[in-house]
Amino acid sequence: MQKRNLLSISDLSKEEILALLKRAKEFEKNPNQHLLDGKVVGSLFFEPSTRTRLSFETAVNRLGGRVIGFSDARTSSQSKGETLKDTIMMVANYADLIVMRHPLEGAARYASEISKVPIVNAGDGSNQHPSQTMLDLYTIYQTQGTLENLTITMVGDLKYGRTVHSLLEAMRFFNPHFIFVACDELRMPKQYKEYCKKLGIEYEETKNFSPEVINKTDILYMTRVQRERFSDLMEYERVKNVYTLTASMLKGCKPNLRVLHPLPRVTEITQDVDDTPQAYYFQQALNGLYTREAIICRALGL
Amino acid sequence: MSIQGKKELVVAALQNGIVIDHIPCDSLFKVVNILGIQNLENGVTIGNNLSSRSMGKKGLIKIADIDLPKETLNRIAVIAPSAVINIIKDYAVVEKHKVELPEDLIDILKCNNPKCISNNEPMKTHFHVMDGKNITLKCHYCERIVKQDEVVLK
Repeated sequence: MQKRNLLSISDLSKEEILALLKRAKEFEKNPNQHLLDGKVVGSLFFEPSTRTRLSFETAVNRLGGRVIGFSDARTSSQSKGETLKDTIMMVANYADLIVMRHPLEGAARYASEISKVPIVNAGDGSNQHPSQTMLDLYTIYQTQGTLENLTITMVGDLKYGRTVHSLLEAMRFFNPHFIFVACDELRMPKQYKEYCKKLGIEYEETKNFSPEVINKTDILYMTRVQRERFSDLMEYERVKNVYTLTASMLKGCKPNLRVLHPLPRVTEITQDVDDTPQAYYFQQALNGLYTREAIICRALGL
Repeated sequence: MSIQGKKELVVAALQNGIVIDHIPCDSLFKVVNILGIQNLENGVTIGNNLSSRSMGKKGLIKIADIDLPKETLNRIAVIAPSAVINIIKDYAVVEKHKVELPEDLIDILKCNNPKCISNNEPMKTHFHVMDGKNITLKCHYCERIVKQDEVVLK
């Protein structure tokens, strides 16, 4: 059995990404496949994340495997001062695979260096969350029929939003055109713009969430603007409303445009958008199940 | 006493060993630390604020009767990229080279990110060198980019 971790989206080649998407498509057709019979998966959530945990654990269950683990570090020995190393060593004795979420950045990569079983990163602080990126890619592929030559508009918190950074990196193989829409406080960091320049990826940057921008977009990727990112709450109140998508803003959009959002959504997409054919964020979340089934199988060399 | 005379006085000839020359003055004691020179039993001469034609002022370390592997010496490149290593045998320089930043720096630096796992577990730090010229490093764990002026020794 080949041990294949999934720690960071940047570890994956184009071929590996496409192979995962292909596998996910098989699971979309038939999510219940008994590939994990007799296997035990450790689900270690050192910080709570209900959505991601349920999605991973459902994936294991639909594949016929069993889950052990915890959903909050308070119920693990970490609360007694145990190191991450010791927790991983212990669980690796019991499980065939470890899925882990941890508040500290780099925790999954460190765990992979200690563990004798593969590690799947379900989020390490604000660093990486590769299964989220895979489900975003799968959703883009599913709705557009291709990943190539698309115009992807990212809106909201582009500074701290790890999902947009990882998506940007993963799209590097597919000749994208990016439009970054954000206020000054939450602009795409220089590091990622330099990354685009280095790889010859086209991008434009604007503060204006205008019809012109929306009307040339294929994928409208919305993110949540978090109150805690602002030192000035007046500024937050202003920005929050500027980067809100309403149904009327989609009137002149391309027919293939789809609105994605990593969820949870708060006010950045109004409820009336849910009823438009462009709304796709709930299907996007469902795709998390299929891509995570594919990720688990890849990790176990199945 | 002339400057030349002074120089001869502090930079006494070494029969066998290593001279690390052209160390920036503010990095001298960091270099001592990285190489663990304080723990050596060998004869060590440390000079700082010596006049240098190319740098104005420089630091210098001489260690007698020692043979350090290149990989060890290259570790100092992260804080003293201008340093030059002279290997001395029988009072003569038999080898002279600039330090070169290795591809990976293991357990030399501390990650600047307080939320990095390496600052919260008893473990070795690890940085990848992205750009050796302008010194740009990336933490192997949290993927934070660190520039030369942000480097913190462990």
